[in-house]
Amino acid sequence: MGSSVRFKDTASQELSSTAEPMSHLYRSSSIRKLSLLVLLLVLLLLVTGAAIMKGSANVPAGELFAMITGGATDEMNVYIVREVRLPRIVMAVVSGIALASAGAIMQALLRNPLADPFTLGVSSGASFGAALAIVAGASAFGINLAHSNQWLIAFNAFVFGCLAVGIVYGVSRMKSSSTTVLLLAGVAIGQLFSAGVSALKYFSNNEALKDLTIWLMGGFWGAKWEVLYFLLPLLAVSLVVLMRYAWNLNALVSGEEVAQTLGVKVKRMRLICLLVVTLIASTTIAFTGIIGFIGLVAPHISRMLIGTDYRYLLPCSWLIGALLLLLSDTAARLVLSPIEIPVGIVTSFFGAPFFVYLLIKKSKEYWT
Amino acid sequence: MFLNIKGLTFGYRSNLILRDIHMSLNQGEVASIVGPNGAGKTTLLKSMASILPLQKGSVSIAGKDVRSIKSADLAKMQAYVPQQAPLGFPLTVMETVMLGRKPYIRWGVRTHDLAIVESLLSELHLNQYAERYMDELSGGERQKVLIARALAQQPHMLLLDEPTSALDIRHQLEVLEIVRNLAKRSGILVVLILHDLELAARYSDVVYMLKDGAVFASGKPQEVFTAANMEKVYGVRMEIEAATYGLKMTAVESLYR
Repeated sequence: MGSSVRFKDTASQELSSTAEPMSHLYRSSSIRKLSLLVLLLVLLLLVTGAAIMKGSANVPAGELFAMITGGATDEMNVYIVREVRLPRIVMAVVSGIALASAGAIMQALLRNPLADPFTLGVSSGASFGAALAIVAGASAFGINLAHSNQWLIAFNAFVFGCLAVGIVYGVSRMKSSSTTVLLLAGVAIGQLFSAGVSALKYFSNNEALKDLTIWLMGGFWGAKWEVLYFLLPLLAVSLVVLMRYAWNLNALVSGEEVAQTLGVKVKRMRLICLLVVTLIASTTIAFTGIIGFIGLVAPHISRMLIGTDYRYLLPCSWLIGALLLLLSDTAARLVLSPIEIPVGIVTSFFGAPFFVYLLIKKSKEYWT
Repeated sequence: MFLNIKGLTFGYRSNLILRDIHMSLNQGEVASIVGPNGAGKTTLLKSMASILPLQKGSVSIAGKDVRSIKSADLAKMQAYVPQQAPLGFPLTVMETVMLGRKPYIRWGVRTHDLAIVESLLSELHLNQYAERYMDELSGGERQKVLIARALAQQPHMLLLDEPTSALDIRHQLEVLEIVRNLAKRSGILVVLILHDLELAARYSDVVYMLKDGAVFASGKPQEVFTAANMEKVYGVRMEIEAATYGLKMTAVESLYR
């Protein structure tokens, strides 16, 4: 043992010379992580550009550039880009960010790698809400409400998504605050709502059944600017709130008791974070339908890329989530063009094997 | 007295786990809590750390009731090292120790914080592991990292729950040497739970022996570790003699079959 381990303020002065290598190490690792985030952002912009140009009608790069600089030429192309492709692309990015945040935060709150919007019942609750709106609405009015009443479906999906999480959280609080109870309650409530969806499917007519099936598969057909004007500010505020908890999340991941002794108000933080991610996950699911896997996979890929520090992990998850979902949706549009595949199918179809590949290949064992 | 515990009682429903505990400890002391399984040792330590709510009685640090201290300020006064740290999503050693600076950090890490982490890592001979992930370390190294994290809080009081139970003999001694040096050189109050009674006798200034949630005996190791106490608390007949380092205790037989 060398000198004293505790420091008076004067001690930091004499330490500064020996602190060089450590601060160097720390800074270089921070710079490495920041560069990775910048790289991912550039990649996202490139993919966005490609996604704008490609489709059943191709918009050449020169024309896209002209549009950005204000010298728009072909009115048809301007319309396609501004009113069709761009909202859809932004919607994919927004959903990717929202779902990835939800997954990353839920995994930290529950300290469980399996946590995502599905395991806590958000998705099944939202499905049930949407199904109720589609089936009950359709049978009550005898008309197809999927397009004319997107807001009603979204509202219902949101309410029931929150309700499901509320029940799960309430049950876990009644019993104990253990994360296992929370997860098991999530699975049980999820099953309950899934049964509700099945029942609604069984009793619905053809028209409603088709709408419901399409909604459940998930997609960005419904992407409109008016929806985005509603989602974007909500998401922005939520992300700021979540980022402010980055240090606390790091503490919580190291154990609930340790977090408490580091000055984190664990119960309050858990409630606020859960509320925020439920809000953003259920509102996006409400407009897009069920999109699986992004919430689970994006945080894990990010952990492999950038580590566990939530100050970097959160933004990395946003970028990875946005990239994955935008790539999936672009593939969904292009593969069988002009026929589109629901993006939920694409994410699961490519996401699942890719995730299994990562599980086998990755060097780190997160759960033992 | 730096730490004062008065009439601490804790329980779930009718099941009392701690009964009317009184403790007073000074800075610079190493105090160990011993007792058979289920005696309430961990509950007592967690009550001291304000992890468990105070139901009855009071805990005060430096003359202040802990209930009147904000949790962020309490984190600058006392640090806690749990028995087992979940690996969950492992951080690197440097990130883990840096977490101990959390009570002082708003967002950015300052040079001062880095200096403290740096010095702790070299003090505990952990430099070469700085960039390693926690799950890649051996139990002994991991325990030292957790102690380093606690010390990064610059606490006046350090609480450790069985810091040596998973370690080999060399690491047990190393950890306890570190702990004793902290108390003697830096004037930190160290409270730890120990199962190994010989180590407890050797490294503690004060021993609190718990039985059924109450303090059965307390005082200097040789006053507490007597054959009579061991019989009543542990139900074991024991031969105890003074040795070069602390006490030599030999368990002869269990008195309950």
